[in-house]
Amino acid sequence: MALLEVKNLEVFYGVIRALKGVSFEVNQGEIVTLIGANGAGKTTTMQSIIGLIPSSCGSVFFDGHDITKMQCHKIVHLGMTQVPEGRRIFQELTVYENLLMGAFSQKDKNLIKADIENIYERFPRLGERRNQIAGTLSGGEQQMLAMGRAIMSHPKLLLLDEPSMGLSPLLVDQVFEIIQQFRNDGTTVLLVEQNAGKSLAISDRAYVLELGEIVLSGTGKELISSDSVKKAYLGG
Amino acid sequence: MEIIETLINGLSVGSTYAMIALGYTMVYGIAKMLNFAHGDIIMVGGYMIYLTMVATGNALLGLLAAIVFCVVLGISIEKIAYRPLRGASPLAVLITAIGVSYLLQSVAQMIFGTAPKMVNIANLGNLQMGSLKVPYYTVVTLGCSFVLMVGLTVFVKYTKTGRAMIAVSEDRGAAQLMGIHVNRIIMITFAIGSALAAFAGFFMLMKSPSLSNTLGAMPGIKAFTAAVIGGIGSIPGAMTGGLLIGVVEAISFKIPIIAPYTDAIEFLILIIILLVRPSGILGKVRREKV
Repeated sequence: MALLEVKNLEVFYGVIRALKGVSFEVNQGEIVTLIGANGAGKTTTMQSIIGLIPSSCGSVFFDGHDITKMQCHKIVHLGMTQVPEGRRIFQELTVYENLLMGAFSQKDKNLIKADIENIYERFPRLGERRNQIAGTLSGGEQQMLAMGRAIMSHPKLLLLDEPSMGLSPLLVDQVFEIIQQFRNDGTTVLLVEQNAGKSLAISDRAYVLELGEIVLSGTGKELISSDSVKKAYLGG
Repeated sequence: MEIIETLINGLSVGSTYAMIALGYTMVYGIAKMLNFAHGDIIMVGGYMIYLTMVATGNALLGLLAAIVFCVVLGISIEKIAYRPLRGASPLAVLITAIGVSYLLQSVAQMIFGTAPKMVNIANLGNLQMGSLKVPYYTVVTLGCSFVLMVGLTVFVKYTKTGRAMIAVSEDRGAAQLMGIHVNRIIMITFAIGSALAAFAGFFMLMKSPSLSNTLGAMPGIKAFTAAVIGGIGSIPGAMTGGLLIGVVEAISFKIPIIAPYTDAIEFLILIIILLVRPSGILGKVRREKV
């Protein structure tokens, strides 16, 4: 059984049908990407899966649990978390406190301590700035903090919504490297990206979302070489 | 000497306002609503003190009963009246809060009548130091408030629940993604605010024993003003605003020409501060960062 199974998911904003029956799955250990243009419903899909936006139809199963109507914090306790679009770190808290918030669902204090040291090692900039107010970090540092904060909960499934948005090319490469590291550490990843080329290159499988519907799916390689994907998302 | 006495009196009145203002500001920051029934929680606490003192004669037991009852009441109001409106327009929530305020006042009037009750908590006398003479209740009020404010600051900064409160106030969605149960945090916020309101009721009755169903109305509005002056949503702001309003009030009462206009002066300060600093003294000016 897949780790995440989304079946026929529909979401309405008022009378507007933003998702028109989206179905896909993510298997243990995979990196799966949703690509699509602005307004295709990528973020809506992510927010709906994790319970921040209610769905009106369809079902979502995660790790054997029906999480369709579950509240967000309960889903997080089951082992799913999300780095939301725009990072949304806690600007008034320090780097260290942000990481602590990421471990909100964890009980073992020694483990939390070790995890934080781990993240400082992985992201030395965060270590240097551990007592700095997070709102004063640069965009790249904030993205690292958001990703570090997310893995503090040891998620089985990590949802990443546009992690490369607004970053310099060098940092974008670094973000994609980190995503692969996360997967190698045993975290399954569902990725939403505008940067279709880079995300398809690291994906096991991918889906193309257009106006609230999945129109194409396949392995990362298949989609990179698909003519319609090339034309629409890879600039020719 | 009179200046110092006035200042101490002002700080004491101000710390009572601060206790109330904290309830407004924390609920605003975390639940994003103005709880206009907050002042009336003080009044309900006052009647609990009164009832307990009639039954046992013990003022501290009265304070304890008031705290417990106010906490339960605050949590219940949130659950019954405000929670179903989560996500509704702010105006609907505001009207509901005003409705709850009138409900509490009317129920109190039905039970206890319109004639004020006298609650003589204790005649503590005066503290005499050289030529300095201040009533003991001001010292008690100041001391208790100081301890409560330090305690609250430490709680918010250094406990898991406290940090979760900051997280929810900053970004409710992101807080949920951390696994924070937002409704529980809002419930705890209402509990803390209501407990502080019970303390404020106790301090007010220590100062002046007359208790009626509108006990909390004017102090509620003044404390709300204090919270806005300090920067609504900010805990140190509520403390600063409360103390400022208290000191201004005490000084104004001492100057015969302006004494009758004391309330007006306090609201004038609100207007001036909002003109100069719309976010209040310690309010955050949010920088948008891309």
